[in-house]
Parts: sequence; C-alpha cells; structure tokens
Amino acid sequence: MSRKTLIPIGPYHPLQEEPELFKLYCDGEIVMDIKWETGYNHRGIEKLSESKSYDQVFFLVERICGICSTSHPFAFANAVEEIVGVEITDRTKYIRSIIGELERIHSHLLWVGLAGHFLGYNTLFMWAWKYREPVLDLFEMITGNRNSYAMFKVGGVRRDIENSKIPAIRKVMAVMRKKLDLLTGAVMDDPVIHARTKGVGILTRQDILDYGAVGPTARASGVDIDVRRDDPYAAYPLVNWKVITAQAGDVFAKVEVRLLEMYESASIIEQCIDALEKMKEGDIALKINEIPQGIGTGRAEAPRGEVFHFVVSDGSNSPARHKIRAPSYTNIATFKKSCIGQTIADATISLAAVDPCYCCTERMAAAYDNSSGKKILNASELIELSMKRTSELRKSGAGHE
Amino acid sequence: MAVYLLWFFIFPGLLFMAVAGAFLSWFDRKITARVQFRKGPPLLQPFYDFFKLLLVKETIMPKSGSGFVFLLAPLLAVFGATMAGLFILLPLFNIETGFRGDIIVIFYLLTLPSFSYIIGSLASGNPLAAVGASREMKLIISYELTFLLIMAAVIMKSGQKFDLDSIIAAQQSGTPFIGSISGVLLFIAGVFCIQAKLALVPFDMPEAEAELASGIYIEYSGPPYAMIKLAKYIMLFILPAFLVALLMNGMNPGINIVWLILKILGVVLLLTLIRNTNPRVKIKQAARFFLVWMNLLVVIAIVLIALGL
Repeated sequence: MSRKTLIPIGPYHPLQEEPELFKLYCDGEIVMDIKWETGYNHRGIEKLSESKSYDQVFFLVERICGICSTSHPFAFANAVEEIVGVEITDRTKYIRSIIGELERIHSHLLWVGLAGHFLGYNTLFMWAWKYREPVLDLFEMITGNRNSYAMFKVGGVRRDIENSKIPAIRKVMAVMRKKLDLLTGAVMDDPVIHARTKGVGILTRQDILDYGAVGPTARASGVDIDVRRDDPYAAYPLVNWKVITAQAGDVFAKVEVRLLEMYESASIIEQCIDALEKMKEGDIALKINEIPQGIGTGRAEAPRGEVFHFVVSDGSNSPARHKIRAPSYTNIATFKKSCIGQTIADATISLAAVDPCYCCTERMAAAYDNSSGKKILNASELIELSMKRTSELRKSGAGHE
Repeated sequence: MAVYLLWFFIFPGLLFMAVAGAFLSWFDRKITARVQFRKGPPLLQPFYDFFKLLLVKETIMPKSGSGFVFLLAPLLAVFGATMAGLFILLPLFNIETGFRGDIIVIFYLLTLPSFSYIIGSLASGNPLAAVGASREMKLIISYELTFLLIMAAVIMKSGQKFDLDSIIAAQQSGTPFIGSISGVLLFIAGVFCIQAKLALVPFDMPEAEAELASGIYIEYSGPPYAMIKLAKYIMLFILPAFLVALLMNGMNPGINIVWLILKILGVVLLLTLIRNTNPRVKIKQAARFFLVWMNLLVVIAIVLIALGL
C-alpha cells in the first residue's frame, strides 16, 4: 500500500466552480499529500488598474469577485481616501457599512448553501439560496443591481439610501432573522451534520498564525481578528456589534461562526438605518478634484477575511501601482494542514470550508425554441426585463416572501 | 417459451418495470423539487432523459481499461434488475407462483446491478471511479448482512416459507407482518437497506457528486449510461415492491391494485424524504450504521418473532 493514487479535484469539478486544480495524493481513501495549482483565472487586474482612472478602477476591482463585490471597492476607497487625506461624511459611512453588511449576509448564506451541497444536502442548498433572494432584491432596490453594485467612489457613494427605502430594509431584516433562526436550527441541531463536520479539517490557533489565515477561517480557530474592529473604517466604530469567534477550528466551527456573523450583520444594518433616518438626505459625497502624490493602504473585512489594497499615486489620474491581496490567497494555503490525514470525503468539505472565492457570475445567453423558431429571450430583452423589475422594486420596495 | 419471453420483455418485465420505475423517478424528483421550493420536472422528463442518452448522445470510451467489460456492465445491471423484478412481480401480481427458495435467488439477483457498476467503473480506469467502486464495495458489505437478516426474519415469521408466494399468502390469510412490533422494526431496517441499495443520500457516497463527480458512473455517456439509468429506474420500482411483498401484504386478489400502488408510492415517498433531509454520511459511518445499529435492530426483531410478537 505504498503507491499513492492521484485524485484530481479540478480544473473542472463540481466541488469548485472556479477553475482550480487540487491534487490529492491518496492511500486508499486517506489523503497523504495535497498540491494545488491556481492561476487559471488570471486577468491581470493590477496592471489593468494602472491604465484606468480612479473612477474606473472602482468598476474594475468590483469585478475581482462576483460574490464579495463590494469588499474590493471598499478597500480601494479606504486606500485612496488615505492618500487624499479626507474624512468622509457620516451618512456615507453608514451607507457603505449597510452595503458591506448586506453583502456579508448574502455571501455567508451562499456559502452555507454550497456547504450543504458539498455534503449532499441539497435541500439545505436550495433553502439557503431562497433565503438569500430577499437580500439580493434589497440590493436591486438600493443600487439597481443584484451583484456588482457600483456604489462606491472616491469620497463617497454614488446613490443615496432615501428615507422612503428604509422601511423595506427594516422589513427584510426582520424576515431575515426568522429565516436565520430556522436555518441555524436546521444546521446546528442536525446529528448527521454534526457527524460530518465536527472534528473535521481542524486548524489550530498556531496553524492560523503560521499561515496568516484571515476572516471566519481564523475566527473559527479562536484567533480574534476582524479588520472592522482592529482597523476601524466606515461606520463600524459608530455602532455596537461584536466579533464572533469559536474555539474548535473544525468545519462545524466555521459554519457556526458564519451563521452567527449574519445575526451581527443584521444588527449592524438595523443600527445604521436607524442613524440614517435621523440625518439629512443627500449628503453622500465629497467633491474631490485631484488625487495628490502619495501612498495609501486600505483594508476591509470581506465575508472571507481581510482584503488589502495598496495604492501608489504619482499625482496623475490613475494609480501608478495598485497591489491587491484577497483573503483566499492566504486561506488556501491552510489546506496543507486541514486536509492531510483526512479521508477524501472530509478533505473536500475542508477545502470548501474556507470558502475559496468563486469569481464566476455568469450571464444567460439568447435562447430560441427549436420547434416554433420563436425567440425565447435574448440579451437585450433580458436587460429590459431586468430594468423593468428594478424599477418595480424601487417603487414597491423589496421584502416579498 | 413465448410466454416466458412476454414476461421478460413486456409484462411484468422490462417494459413495464421501466415505465413504472420512470414514473416513480419522476415522483421522487417532483417531491424533491417541492421540498426545495422548486417547480420540478414534467411527467415525461425521465423518458426524455433516457431517450436523449440512448438516441442522441454519443458514447465516449475511456482510453485505458477494458472496453468490453465497460460496455457489458450496464447490460448486466439491467439484466439483473429485470430478472430480480420478474421473481418479485410474478408472485406479487398472482401470475405465477415461483419456486421454493426463490427469495434467495432474488437476494442474489438484486446485488447484480451494484456488482456490475463496480466492474464497469473499475474497467474504466478512472481514479475517481476506482474510489467510487471501492466505496460501493464497502457499502455492499455493510448493508447486505442486514438485508439477509431481514429476509431470514421474514422467513421465520411466515413459518419457514422459502418462497415469496407463500410469504404473501401467509400474510393475506393472517395479518400483514408490518402490523406487529417486529414487523415495524424490519420495515425500518428494510427502508434503510433500500436507501443504500439505490445509493440515495445519505448513502450516495459511491457517486458523491461534489467529491467524486458521480464516481462510479463518471466515464459513462450515451447509450451505456442510458442502460444504467434504466437499471436505476427498475431498481427504484422493484425494491419498494419487494418490501411491500415481504412485509406489507402484497396484493390481495381483486381490485386491490390501487392499494398496492399506494403502498409502493408510500415507500418511495419515505425514501425521498429521507434523502432530502440528510447530508451524505462517510463510508465508515455508513458501515457502522448498518453493521452495528441496523443489525441490532433486526436481531431484536428476530428475538421478538421467536417470542411470537
């Protein structure tokens, strides 16, 4: 039994929707060694960024990740505002935090669903994604888009959250808490889920510190780090919330941390909209005419962990250097610790547990009915349909069942 | 001779079982969709799936491995499932009585599809299929003893009757076996065995989509995969029918066919609900579940039967 079998996970595999290749060297069902290859998705964003103006870079970095699409603009805005040396208005801070936390809820729900799918629990997958819909509706109502919200710019945000929209947000949050209770109950009390996730893929506190892992992956191992608290930005110092940690470091602890974080996010959003209601509408952007020479660093807590942006400005209208570090970059390295010695079944859920970032939000193509030749829907009709729906949502408000 | 061919190919053989199984497969998918807030497929979807694979899709052969065995395995699976189905359905529909000891033959024939999947997947030379095959083997070792014990218990309960027809007759002249405590225990163990035999969640680790990308079936495409689908449809019909025959009275003469259909639908509904409310367990956990807990359950049932309960 000394020969090791290579079990490939990727580049195209149902576990990782994104092209990544994990090579599991197995002895029977036990994973003896793991190697991975990434880079299938390299798009040269840092270089692209140097050829775009500061306003355009926001749209570019938003497309690094389809799921946490606000965390990158968030960090970039923090970096550029550090160069300019301005303090954004309070209303902007609250709006930015609302967007950031809504995104955390939808991202964590998405992950819970996917984790269920990886465990073969497709009902959990469908339920979690259904509960995620109202959040996306809310995004569509506030920003006009379900993903890639295009909300941020230097010194402010592009759209206000008017007082007329606040009741809808409040309603969705109330509904959300009930759904979260249901989901948390279903996951935390299921003995089979316990059997599948407890004691699986354990990362100790020391492993986290050695590999520099961030976000829920670190917090599930008892490492109490969160950029929102440690390096305060936006409205996070202005509201009450706490950093969720767990001690066990296994997959179950990661599930637990993410589920409980969603409650904190809901609470942050509720406090932010309470504050927004008391303010004057429209004070959402500072006028910034030029970016001076300088160096800026921006950090933001994405749903997967710390996002870091480093920007060098030479005084022109585009960054001279733009360095980005996404959380998955450090988190993926922990696989060496969490997967070796596990069975294949445990290794796959351990791979998924750090929530490696999938950057693949795809669009539908035009479809024709073969028998009648009738056009079912083409791109422009889809866009028209989506615009119609957005305008309806803006009028009626989100939050339907 | 002609009547045997009719039985094998038309009724209650291949054609009937395939149609009934495809309907049950639709029923399973529709219930699943409803549980998951989806709309679900149209009634004819299993047929579309089958005929698309059979007539439209091409067969892609794996480069390594044995092509002959690879292609033979799905046919073997269909053959095994159909033969087992014949021995179950002929007594169940009161067409033919069968012979003494046919329950043992049914037991062996029912394992044939699982074994042919193992042979076929190993013949494909794919590492993921090999892992799937090894899991399927472990799964068979786990649940077969329980399945055998259930049949032994039923034979005991029916008063040493070794053929399905007499077992059904024993229930129809007395009470259905499920009407007693031991019968209920046997039913629970039986449902889990069927779940494992059909490789449904929580016992779907041989195919485990997110881990092995359909594991044992990974290299199959086109008509051979259509045959595997056909075998699965048939198994989805005959295994619940077998349980109904063993424990739930079979079918009384007359118009009781409606009752029979409801009983089979009930068992399939139970399987569907189990598969939709559980994550997949690990192979080790499945082995422990069957070898310790389910066997214990059936042994308790046997003791109860010996005590006359």
